[in-house]
Amino acid sequence: MSSEIAVPLTGVLVASACALLGNFLILRRMAMMADAISHAILPGLVAGYVLAHGPNLLAGFLGAVLAAAITVTAVQALERTRRVDGGAAIGIVFPAMFALGTVLVTSQFADVHLDADAILFGNIEFVAFDTLTIGERDLGPRSIWVMSALCLINVLFVGLFTKELKLTTFDAGLAAALGFSPVLVHYALMLVLSVTAVGAFSAVGAVLVVALVIVPAATAYLLTERLALMIPLSVAFGAAAALIGYRAAIAWDTSIAGAMVSATGALFGLALLGAPRQGLIARAWRTRRQRATIASQMLAVHLFNHESGPERDEESRVAHLREGLRWSPQRTGLAIAGATRRGWVDRDNGRLVLTARGRQAAEQVVAR
Amino acid sequence: MSGLLRDLLFDYTLRNVALGSALLGIVSGVLGTFALLRRQGLLGDALAHAALPGICLAFLLTGSKAPIVLLLGAGIAGWVGTMLLLLIVRRTLLSEDAALGIVLSTFFGVGVTLLTFINQRGDANQAGLDKYLFGQAAALVARDVITFAILGGAALLLVLLFSKEFTLLTFDPAFASSLGFGTTRLSILLTSLIVVAVVIGLQTVGVVLMAAMLIGPAAAARQWTNRLAPMIALSALFGATAGVSGALLSFTRQGLPTGPTIVLTLTAIVFGSLLFAPARGLVWDRLRQRHRALSGPMPTPVALVESEGSRP
Repeated sequence: MSSEIAVPLTGVLVASACALLGNFLILRRMAMMADAISHAILPGLVAGYVLAHGPNLLAGFLGAVLAAAITVTAVQALERTRRVDGGAAIGIVFPAMFALGTVLVTSQFADVHLDADAILFGNIEFVAFDTLTIGERDLGPRSIWVMSALCLINVLFVGLFTKELKLTTFDAGLAAALGFSPVLVHYALMLVLSVTAVGAFSAVGAVLVVALVIVPAATAYLLTERLALMIPLSVAFGAAAALIGYRAAIAWDTSIAGAMVSATGALFGLALLGAPRQGLIARAWRTRRQRATIASQMLAVHLFNHESGPERDEESRVAHLREGLRWSPQRTGLAIAGATRRGWVDRDNGRLVLTARGRQAAEQVVAR
Repeated sequence: MSGLLRDLLFDYTLRNVALGSALLGIVSGVLGTFALLRRQGLLGDALAHAALPGICLAFLLTGSKAPIVLLLGAGIAGWVGTMLLLLIVRRTLLSEDAALGIVLSTFFGVGVTLLTFINQRGDANQAGLDKYLFGQAAALVARDVITFAILGGAALLLVLLFSKEFTLLTFDPAFASSLGFGTTRLSILLTSLIVVAVVIGLQTVGVVLMAAMLIGPAAAARQWTNRLAPMIALSALFGATAGVSGALLSFTRQGLPTGPTIVLTLTAIVFGSLLFAPARGLVWDRLRQRHRALSGPMPTPVALVESEGSRP
């Protein structure tokens, strides 16, 4: 299999496997656990290599999963002592693990080139050259097999345990009362996340795993609040980012993993701006519309109140809104434009006159 | 031992490394105290990662590799990251830890992309940006230490000037706001000072381990006292101790990189404090429980409350 197919395919598989789990981390407010785990597997990986006298994949894998388990347990235990809060517990454990890993690398592999870049950014560029062979047969890039298996595991995990995951995520108390153990589900999720992180680590490195886990799911969450929609959306975003990143990296001759993550960031940025309900643009527009509605209602009520008194001529002057009521120019503009558009007022020689519809609107507001 | 002391005083390299690490420990210890008490321990982690694209952009734009230029870029990028973080937390349904993870990982991804782009250009001048990833305390020179001292001194002076405001902001932001303090502006100032600590740390311990420098000293100090001023002093002391002893350890033993050694020393201090600090130490807790289980009457509700220990 050539690199042009193997690399983007690996990227899509890694991103999909990560994004699937990311949904639950986002909803459980545990996004930073992904950060902790992806860094903490380093010493395990290295220790596995040391014990196996060389870069043995299985030993590295087992060591890494063990290190992840230690990290999850340690964070949980630290939090439970109630001497530090959850964020600090994570911040104490994972740098220690990562520092240990770095020391192990420098002391044990001074001659073997376990590159700093490979730890932080992975080496997805070369996946096509690392092939899986059984006997004489060349089965294609190993990473494709590994990541396909991880995707399958994650799909099965999320598919089979949807009910448990949903219940413990949204109402841990109810889950416990119904006999589902939130603790068990927590550890199961962490285990699957660890295995995924170990698999993805070699492709995209420690920090970028975090992005692929969290960011596509967060992007999906900006667009929908329904889990059934959020999960496929997140996978789609992850896969799209992998492909976009791959093309961009080839075009600009830069890091593929870095470009994939930048692409997840770009998609998130687009959603942050343009999401239909939570997006910044939609929000700003909604706020402006509400302001216009309220301002025109205020104007209608003001005109209505003074319609039949002797002060009518004075109070309905346009300039009076600024001078008498001390409305800002912006608000005055919003009010008059809004009320005119709704057909509530007419302009008559510098004065505002309430129409029949305007009167009705004012009466409704006052009656409320 | 006396030989080591002599080296510490007179060996040029070791003196710079030890001084630089100690300064980092003090500054991040003081600022970390506020971050920890405001439950924003991981903010430093996010800011450190967010700084990477700033370093690369500063280099791409100016072509200069002078630490002060690169660190300025780092500071600006960290600051932009903070603003984005606030935006996400305030305007969307995403929680704070999701926002942290998003800013941290995407900024870092952009940084990696830029860094690789710079390296691929084969510019003879490019080497050396990588050192900000893992830090390179051993390469600190006197000029770096002076830069640290000025930056850190300015940050500490500001903490001193705003100590009342920061204390209020940390313990009762609602009250601070009702008194008419601009809490948003104050927390932006505090975060900007954390960016200064991060900038110092990037060169010493690197992007990944910076989180430990902000959280560790404060978390250890928290176990020893319930009062803010002693906590800040202890935190600075722990930070400096970890810095100096980490530097000494890696100087005396071959193959021990400085940054990770500092962090491991710090971790030892944290766990020592968690276990053995008077009053809050977990060992005493366990001993008290056993004592109570073996002898004495049933614990009264009051005793139960006390045995819960104080909150984080």
